[in-house]
This record gives sequence, C-alpha cells and structure tokens, in this order.
Amino acid sequence: MTGDTVLDVRDLHTHFFLRRGVVKVVDGVSFSLRRGEVLGLVGESGCGKSVTALSLLRLLPQPAARTVQGKVLLDGEDLLTKSDREMRQIRGSKIAMILQDPQTSLNPVFTIGDQLRESIAKLHPGQDDTVMRRVIEALRKVKLAAPEQRIDQYPHQMSGGMKQRVVGAIAISREPRVLIADEPTTALDVTIQLQYLKLLQELQQNSDMAILFITHDFGIVAKMCDRVSVMYAGRIVESGPVRQVFDNPRHPYTQALIASVPKMRRQAGRLPTIEGQPPAFSDLPRGCRFAPRCPLADDRCRTTYPRSYAVGSEHTADCWKVGAAVL
Amino acid sequence: MRRYILRRFLQGLVLLVLVATIVFFLGRLTGNPADLMLPEDALEEDRVALIETLGLDGPLHKQFGIFLANALRGDLGDSIRHREPAVDVFFSRLPNTLKIVPGTMALALILAIPLGILSALYRGRMIDRVSGAIGVLGIATPNFWLGILLIYVFSVQLGWLPSARMGGPQHYILPTITLGTFLVAGFMRLIRSSMLEVLDSEFVKLARIKGLSETIVVWKHCLRNALIPVLSLWGVLMGGLVTGAIVTETVFAWPGIGRLTYEAVIFRDYPLLQAVIIMDAVLIVIINLVVDILYAYVDPRIRLAE
Repeated sequence: MTGDTVLDVRDLHTHFFLRRGVVKVVDGVSFSLRRGEVLGLVGESGCGKSVTALSLLRLLPQPAARTVQGKVLLDGEDLLTKSDREMRQIRGSKIAMILQDPQTSLNPVFTIGDQLRESIAKLHPGQDDTVMRRVIEALRKVKLAAPEQRIDQYPHQMSGGMKQRVVGAIAISREPRVLIADEPTTALDVTIQLQYLKLLQELQQNSDMAILFITHDFGIVAKMCDRVSVMYAGRIVESGPVRQVFDNPRHPYTQALIASVPKMRRQAGRLPTIEGQPPAFSDLPRGCRFAPRCPLADDRCRTTYPRSYAVGSEHTADCWKVGAAVL
Repeated sequence: MRRYILRRFLQGLVLLVLVATIVFFLGRLTGNPADLMLPEDALEEDRVALIETLGLDGPLHKQFGIFLANALRGDLGDSIRHREPAVDVFFSRLPNTLKIVPGTMALALILAIPLGILSALYRGRMIDRVSGAIGVLGIATPNFWLGILLIYVFSVQLGWLPSARMGGPQHYILPTITLGTFLVAGFMRLIRSSMLEVLDSEFVKLARIKGLSETIVVWKHCLRNALIPVLSLWGVLMGGLVTGAIVTETVFAWPGIGRLTYEAVIFRDYPLLQAVIIMDAVLIVIINLVVDILYAYVDPRIRLAE
C-alpha cells in the first residue's frame, strides 16, 4: 500500500437480516483505490457489487442490511465509525456516486437546476450567485448543451443520455475524492454509452479523482480501468492490473468470463458459457463458491475456501489450483 | 396547460349531460310526475290540466329537450314540499354543509399526513402498528354507528357536547369527528403506502448520496411525489364529503345538503331529488377540475405535457 491510497476497504462483511435467515451478500471483500486510479469491480448480476458500493456510503436498505465487520478507510479515516451527521457531510463531497438508471435517479418533480443546486449549495451556503455559477459550470463540464436553458427543465424533458450527464454533474460538482459509478452506461443506448465513458475518462483525467467502476462488462473494464477485481457470490476471487488479468486470467471464473466476451476477429460461432447458476446467497457452498460450476474442482475445493495466492505483481487469485501451480 | 384545463372542463360538461340524462329517464321510469304532485283524491280533469301545463303530454324526447333547456337556464323545477325552485332550496342548504368541510379536511390532513409519513419511516415499528390498527378501525367503522356512539358518550352520558343541530363551535365537534374518521384513516394508509414506494426509489437514494439531510429527503423529495396519488383520492373523498354526508347530517340533524337529500327521498319530493343529484354532480365535477389543476401544479410531467 502506498501513500497515494484514497480508499482502502478491508474485509468488508455486509449481511441482510431476513426473516428466512441471514444472507451474507458481501463476505470479506477487500480492495483499495489510489489517487487518480480507476478500479473495475466486475461480476454477474447479484454477486454483491452494488451492495458493496452502498456499504461504502452507508446507504444500505434499512432495516434489513447491515455492515457487520470491516473497515472503509477514506484518507485513513474509517467511515464505518462515523456518526450519521459526519457521514452526510462526507456523502456528495468526498464520495459521490452515479446510479445505473438515469430514468429513475432524478426526481421527476424538480428541475435539474434545483437538483444540482441543492448539492452545490452545501459548499457555498447563502451565496446564491456563486451557487448558480457553479451549477452552470458543472453542467458545462459534463458537456450538456445550453446549460443556462437546461437548468429550468424537468427530467422528463431530457433524453436518457442527457439525464445521466446531469447525474454525472451532480456527482462531480463538489470534486469528490472517490466516484462510484454503478453500471453508469447499462441503461444507455450503445452509441451514447461510448460518449459517456469518454466523458467519465475526461472528467477523471482532469482531476485526481479515483473511480470505482462497477460493471458486468469486461469490454468496458478493458477500456476504462487500471486495475480490476472480479467478484463472485459476495467475494473477490481475482484482482490485478487489467492487462495482466486479461492476458493471464488465473481464476477459472475469470477465465470463463473472459472467454465469454465476444471478440471481433475470432471466427463466429457459439460463445462459450459458464454452466449452471451462481449459488443462492442463502445456500452458499462450504468451500470455494465457484466449485459447483468449476471444471477443475476437486474435494478440497468443495470443502475449504481457498486462500489468496499472489500470481504476479499486485495480481492475486483465490484458487487452490492456482496455488498448486504457483508453489 | 391551458389546453389541459380546457379538455378537463369539456369532459366535465359531457359528464354533466350524461348525469342529467340518466336522472331524467330514471325519473320517468317511476311513472307520471303529475301523480306525485296531486293529492290522491284529485279529479281526472285536474290531472289532465296539470299534465298539460307541465308539458307532460308531449313525446318523451320533447320533454327531455325542455328539461335540458330549463336546466341550462338553472331551472331544475320546483320542490313539491318547499314550493319554491329546487335549485334555490339546494343553495340555501349548501353553506351549512360547506361549513363542516374545512374543519373535517383540516382534521384529516393534520392527522393523516404526519401519521402516514411516520408509519412509512418507521415501518413495522410501534407507531406503524398502532396507526395501522387505527386506520383499519377508521375505515371499517360505519358513519352512522360512530355518530350515534359519539352522541351517546359525549352528549347523553357526559353531557359535554350538543347532540344535534347547528349552533356555536361546540356543535361542530362531533359531526367533524364522525365525518373525519374515515378520511383520516383512508389518507393515512394511502400516504403511508405511497411514501414507502417513494422512499424506495432511486431518486431518493440519489438525494441521500448527495448528502442531504433526512428532513430534506423526506419533506422535499419524498412528500411531493407521495402526494400525487393522495391528491386523486382527495378529489374523490372531497366530492363524497360534500355530497355524501347524508348519513352524518341525518344523525346530527344538520341542515345541509346531505340531510336535504334524505328529506327529498323521505317526502318523495321528486323534482328536489333530481335537482340535488344534478347539483351534486356539478359540485363533484368542479372539485375534480380543481384537483386536476392541482395535479398539474404538483407534477410537471402533466403541466408540461404537450
């Protein structure tokens, strides 16, 4: 770990306490983000990516979910020990987030200017002119055309891409240290997706903001991220620099995921898929969670969760088979 | 916006014409109105004479034409019992009904909005359960029974409050509670459920991500959205409150239009009953027009759709 680390998540456990029992949706997740770095968090739907993100902000669905263990160190301070009041000051100013669906993430009954203003006003209380200027500035940063006219419009008068730009403007308006982008392009048209990713890259390069980029799309990871963590059933199974993980994926799950990404130059044919379904959180396997779907799994895989093996510089994989090969 | 209001207005007019049509033909189904107006021992010549003067000898569609033309001029016939224009009777009673409406509405909103919001915020906790129980009880309790019970306890047994008729402020307490209980319960449950839905929405999540205080999240971001469905119920209940206070006004001998409706039925005052029904429809249409305008005010998607 270097002095550049902005966000350091250690052994995070978030459980849902439901009537039918305790569900361990995030079960010992660790990762760190350096200044100006983009970390991809990849995994299938329902593997715990978004719950991880909401755990960082302490905005889990109440009263069902609770982070029961771990540390979330932002600039060395543990967010999990902060008071609610302190957390409110951190949200939006130090950590911001872009949600998946721009159609639902803006309030339909307020103008977008108003929704941006209430965030920026916390920086300049009582200075309406300054706030107004910063609102326009933020909209200009996300390349929304004619921001002076846009501020009086309502979300329903804008396209999905424009709305997601507004959500982006809200997120960066207070120059946060960390931006969490939770599948920010999944709900957008394909052509708009690329524009939006470029915009995020630009915004990031013009600041030293770190981005936690949550996605299920390895193509986007390759394009956007410096490092990547692969998540499966509530745990991170492989982490490393994007190039290394792509060129030399070590965990069988990562290998299968990468194999299932369509490639332009390869001959057309059926894409490889991963047999079976991810395990239900209420009924997790005792050992490696991927074991029931893993072609390499043996008895040890099925009974004991593998430890983490270093397979390269900053590249780790949680797999017994990898361990056997490394040692 | 102007087109929206105009469209709603025209829809209201169509509705009124339909109501007038139904009222007219239903009335004719029960026989010749002349028989109602004459004493039982009236002579046949008198009957024929009356039918002629009233225009009841023409074909039905012609009679309907006359009825509509008169209605448009504000003439809905004369009350048999009061021997004056039915519309005048209606308007002489309307203010008495309108006097209990503001208090009832205020009671409903002052209790229901905070209770509904609190139940949603503390879902499953004590306050939610208590207000849920009160809500079910309030919806299930019939008006007339509650009214009689209140009279029995507070007028007969304790002697604190008057049991009937209009008068000083203390006369308003029991009718207001009787009318308001159902409203409080209905509003409370609806506000709770629409608050729950809004609290779960992505834009509320985003508002919290912005670091806004819970006060602003609840009272600004949630409430305005949660009130949209409440407003439509408000229109329905408000209409029911003005026109349907029949039971409550009868129990408390309150001389409003609810009691007037009851009297018109009891005394077989056919023209008056027709007039009351049509005027009630007019009131409901007006109330709904107001609600539609408020709707547009609360929800920009309606205001700016065009």
